[in-house]
Formats: sequence, C-alpha cells, structure tokens
Amino acid sequence: MNSYLAGILIGVFMIAAYYFSGEGLGASGALKAVVVTAVNDVNHDYAKEAHFFAKRVANEEQSPIKSWLIFEIIGVIAGAIISAALAGRLKLEIGKGMRITNRSRLIFALIGGILFGVGSQLGRGCTSGMVMSGMGVLSLSGFIGLVAIFGGGYVIAYFFRKLWI
Amino acid sequence: MGPLFPLGTIGEEFNMLIGFFIGIGFGFLLEAAGFTNTRKLAGVFYGYDFVVLKVFFSAAITAAIGLYLMNHYGLIEMDAIFYPKTFWIPTLIGGLIMAFGFLIGGFCPGTSICAAVTGKIDAMVFVLGAIIGIFGYAMTYEPLWENLRNSGKMGEVNIADWMGISDGLFILLMTIVAAIMFFAVTRIQSKVTSKRDYQL
Repeated sequence: MNSYLAGILIGVFMIAAYYFSGEGLGASGALKAVVVTAVNDVNHDYAKEAHFFAKRVANEEQSPIKSWLIFEIIGVIAGAIISAALAGRLKLEIGKGMRITNRSRLIFALIGGILFGVGSQLGRGCTSGMVMSGMGVLSLSGFIGLVAIFGGGYVIAYFFRKLWI
Repeated sequence: MGPLFPLGTIGEEFNMLIGFFIGIGFGFLLEAAGFTNTRKLAGVFYGYDFVVLKVFFSAAITAAIGLYLMNHYGLIEMDAIFYPKTFWIPTLIGGLIMAFGFLIGGFCPGTSICAAVTGKIDAMVFVLGAIIGIFGYAMTYEPLWENLRNSGKMGEVNIADWMGISDGLFILLMTIVAAIMFFAVTRIQSKVTSKRDYQL
C-alpha cells in the first residue's frame, strides 16, 4: 500500500480511537498488561504492595488483562493476519540484513526487545502510544520521544550498520 | 460529543469492542505498509527506505488536523481524552534506550507484534525480549527506576502552548516541515538505492 495513504488511514483510526474511547493507539501497554496480569495471578500479595503493580491491580473485581489496550491489540493481531493472508505474505521466516547469520539476528532481536521493553516503561510508552499518538494531540512528551528515538537512532545508526546493510 | 466512552455515552463492553475494530484497522495498515519487514524499518536510518518516516508523519499530522478541527467545531472535548503528562527526563532517556532497541532489534513493540503473528521468527523473539524487559523493569522498579521515572515532571504540556504559538500555527508548521522532509527523503532514497541493490 502507498505509504502516505497508509499513514493517513492510520491517522483516521487514531482519531476514531480518541473520539470513541479517549485513547491513542498503543502497543507496549498491552505487553505491560500481560506482565502485570501474570505477576498478579502468581503472587497477588506481592503485586498489591509493589509500587510498579499496586495501582494496576488495585481493582479486585476486574483483571488487569481486561483493558481497552488488550482488545485493541487482539484487533491488531487479527488485522495483521488478514492483511498478510490477502497479500500471500503469511510464512515462517527470519528477516535480517545480508551480512549476519540467523543465530546472531535472533540474539540481537532478543536484546533489542529487552531494551525496548525497558525504554518503553521508563518513557511512558513506545513509538505508537507515546510518540505517534502523543504527536496527534500535540503533547510535548510525544515530540521529546520523537527526537530521542529517531534523533538518537540517526546518531547511533553508524555503529550498527553491519546488522542491516 | 466525544470522546464517547469517557463522557458516558457508550458502555465499557461496547468501548472494548470498538477498541478491537480499531485495532484491526491499525494492524491491517501496519502490515500493508510493510512494517513487518525489519529491513524496511531499519532503512529509515540508512537511507534506502523511508516508509517508516512517511507513514509515521502522515498518521500523526492527519490525527492532529482531524482532532484540531473536531475540537474547533465542538465535536470532541479534548479535556476528557487521555493526554500524556510530560516527564522530560525519563522520556528522553527512555527514548534513547528505545533508539538502541530499534537499531539492535529492528522493530518497535507494535510492528513486532504484527510481524510475529504473520510468521517472522525474529519478531517472535523480539516480543519475548520486550516482555522480559518489562518484567525485569517491573522487578527492579523501586530501587532502580522509580525516582528517575518521576523526575522532570512538567504536567500535561501542549507543545504549541510551550512554544507560545497557537495549535493551528504549530500544525501548519509541522505539515510544512513534513512536506519538505517527504520531498528530501524521496530524493535521498532514489540516490542511495541507485548505487546499490538493497534487496528488501
């Protein structure tokens, strides 16, 4: 699909998310809900005392997994599968640069994922929820995130070029 | 008048159903735009593919213009939506950590989820890593992160107010900057790819 058209349509869905639900489009928040739910199920006494979990598990009536973001992410999963299936892109493979092995690619993917997990918690959201949705409502936070993630990326890209080109 | 759920016009169950359908649109478009291809995503940093930048800015600008107009015509009450609070220090540091995550891992959380469920093994590993990262952060939150995360508090800051200009003028400037950037990156991309075949 044309990049600009895809962007404009994502913008329309973001408007709909704000109009109906008062929320932006997020991703890392859903992964956080998975972690919070798992820890809460294993040890509720710990979760209701620990600062990271306490306010998220305070409601005894409702599981933290029952959140708007989780339903949104289930939709994201369905939507991605539908699009890939229609385009014939549903297949098992490893995406990587030409100069690294599959093994290195998977190790780097794991490290990158861990860093993104930590960074998204410290920064109060990821590229979708904090930066893109934040920019949509002109939040200063979104623009700081934009500069840090993309600006930072350009500064350090040279050192990681062997992974990609 | 919106937002419908926060103002009580629609109930919680219906709101979640709406979230599901909005998610379908978002996931479909991310996949269709090519965001499950990790080398396409990394291309934005090496000049051989700028799809990330084009999609990202067109989406943010479309939303900014749409919400501005809806607010202007009284269709949405902006005070009732979720508005991110700015804590500039942790957002800057967290953003830099995410920059490393992006360059090393080749995805961000949203794109990794789309790629993982459509068969990209590296993305499945990235999602696993992100969950491990969040878990590790949660377990070390009080000693390591809590003070840092709450530092640099500025409240709900609108960037146009912060710069002392109107929202409309800011959106106009952002659109002009994006248009110039779209033009420039298209030229850069054709130069870079004419020298070498990047085989996406």
